[in-house]
Amino acid sequence: MTTEAIHDSHEHDDHHDHKMTGIKRWLYTTNHKDIGTLYLWFAFIMLLVGGALAMGIRAELFQPGLQFMEPDFFNQLTTVHGLIMVFGAIMPAFTGFANWMIPMMIGAPDMALPRMNNWSFWILPFAFSILLASFFMESGAPNFGWTFYAPLSTTYSNGSTAFFVFAVHIMGISSIMGAINVIVTIMNMRAPGMTYMKMPLFVWTFFITAYLLIAVMPVLAGVVTMLLTDTYFGTSFFDAAGGGDPVMFQHIFWFFGHPEVYIMILPAFGIVSTIIPAFARKRLFGYSSMVYATASIAFLSFIVWAHHMFTTGMPLFGELFFMYCTMLIAVPTGVKVFNWVATMWRGSMTFEIPMLFSIAFVILFTIGGFSGLMLALTPVDFQYHDTYFVVAHFHYVLVTGSLFSIYAGAYYWLPKWTGHMYHDGLSKAHFWCSLISVNILFFPMHFLGLAGMPRRIPDYALQFADFNKWVSIGGFAFGLSQLIFLVVVIKCIKGGKKAEAKPWDGAEGLEWTVASPAPYHTFETPPNAEDIKGQ
Amino acid sequence: MSTEQNQEMSQSKKKTKTVKKLVLVVFAMFGFGFALVPLYDVFCDITGLNGKTATTAANVNEDGIDESRIITVQFISRTAKGIPWQFEPMINEIKVHPGEMKLVKFYAKNESVNDIIGQAVPSVSPGKAAIYFQKIECFCFNSQPLKAQEDIEMALQFYVDAELPEEVSTITLSYTLYDITGSVES
Repeated sequence: MTTEAIHDSHEHDDHHDHKMTGIKRWLYTTNHKDIGTLYLWFAFIMLLVGGALAMGIRAELFQPGLQFMEPDFFNQLTTVHGLIMVFGAIMPAFTGFANWMIPMMIGAPDMALPRMNNWSFWILPFAFSILLASFFMESGAPNFGWTFYAPLSTTYSNGSTAFFVFAVHIMGISSIMGAINVIVTIMNMRAPGMTYMKMPLFVWTFFITAYLLIAVMPVLAGVVTMLLTDTYFGTSFFDAAGGGDPVMFQHIFWFFGHPEVYIMILPAFGIVSTIIPAFARKRLFGYSSMVYATASIAFLSFIVWAHHMFTTGMPLFGELFFMYCTMLIAVPTGVKVFNWVATMWRGSMTFEIPMLFSIAFVILFTIGGFSGLMLALTPVDFQYHDTYFVVAHFHYVLVTGSLFSIYAGAYYWLPKWTGHMYHDGLSKAHFWCSLISVNILFFPMHFLGLAGMPRRIPDYALQFADFNKWVSIGGFAFGLSQLIFLVVVIKCIKGGKKAEAKPWDGAEGLEWTVASPAPYHTFETPPNAEDIKGQ
Repeated sequence: MSTEQNQEMSQSKKKTKTVKKLVLVVFAMFGFGFALVPLYDVFCDITGLNGKTATTAANVNEDGIDESRIITVQFISRTAKGIPWQFEPMINEIKVHPGEMKLVKFYAKNESVNDIIGQAVPSVSPGKAAIYFQKIECFCFNSQPLKAQEDIEMALQFYVDAELPEEVSTITLSYTLYDITGSVES
């Protein structure tokens, strides 16, 4: 390890591309670590922005009746909250991890297409500026839900459709470029001896995610383009008066939308599969079954889209087909959950923060998975459809699933990124406050949904008042808890206990063979991956 | 050229090749998104999944009448946002034998001071009955211009195909009337 580190710092000295200073360093950078950092900061800022919108939603729902806002503004909040969290927080955060870690995990000096990498990040702030700017326009922000169903977003649009469409186009281009970059890097730049089946699981899951991205983001671009021409140029893709069909919008949208939800969870599986073995001090149970399970989930994600549309009046055969296919996804997902549990079984476990977040992930993601299975059942879905039960379900998989895995990964690699250990007490506070408040926030939503409270409505019947109060209190607490993370990260960048090259004794992988903080350039000469322990 | 440079060359060639393939996939999937539109139409034409009926006239029934079954056909009408017409079926419900031809009328009146062209779009529920609902004559085959305050009785002549699945005993035919004046003029 020490030889590696010395070797790397030596390389650094005679490297031609000089680090620029100030803002130019970040604007012109083609370094995967810089771009990864940019992605991660951007995602965190977006998390706070989207979170602020959610605070508005929960403030309005604290009591029955209309307190703070018009229903139309409430709809704008829910819509932009969803769009920002999906496209601005979760996806860029994972891309940030991919940029930082994939080259270091496979022993490559950088991403394959560094200039494109710079571009794919720097167009993102423009996309979200366009989206957020619409709040300050006469029309207001998009108010048709993040799923932008036609004709809400065409015939009944408040005039924000064009801004929305161009913002989504830019986000899509960014994701596609990022995905191409990852695939080219993984296929061509692995260190000698790093065969596909020796790749760390995070690399595998992001590899598969990247394929999902290039398969479905163009479909999203297509469907928003149709929306644009329907709204402004007189086409009738979704307009029944001109021979179109609004239900077709839902088919095309969810053909993108369902793989999209796996785009947001597969990298999470990869991060958790990296962390649990490190702190259980055991090799990951069933490495190859993890790879195949990920691939099966990705494949199945393409043939289940209509389970979002059971109430549109599908024929019985369609309902049964999509119900069974959806339930089938529980099999590979179950394989993963059991593998994580089996990895922990009789391991010498310690409970550092990354491990705490990972264990919370396994339990709470499974709860979200189970409510997903309930929603997959066609007959009961007619009751659950568009209620808070759905809201509870996807927040369990996206917040306690994806977001918790992002936190787990951030704590796990922070020492490598900053060269310092994070503050122990504050990070514990962050974990426990988040864990408790997130359950106060989302668990009662199940009951609200089963009792019939519809989603996306600014007011509700009196019998839902108590639960909503709890949910709002949980929401405010969860929102504030995330500020602790901001403090932890800033403290960790500024100082703290010096981190060793490998601060976790059970950790494995090439990223721990370089110094902490990771030198600006790593693996300019490929390491020999032959002697990494086979998985 | 040293072997190292050679290797570097071949690696960058390999990268370019991968990039080209992936870009091709991206464009193909963008096209696929649009290809879904005609595919959806064809799929629904064959299966009648979306409740759309044929947009052209059917032939007169020659297979005789199945008097053992009685089918209830209900008529519903609604006007889309922004068309100031009165539009309703003159009979709400009719009982027919499969194969039996019936003529029903719909009443429409332009209640505004402008000339408007309307277009009625039919939809059948349950969706699987759509392909068995045969229209010989329908006002929905063409657009319907009405001058200000003008009214009209519009005819629909239909029969229900004897092949209609056993379990269907009621068919609901719903018409939505749209204002297409703008798109016809432009």
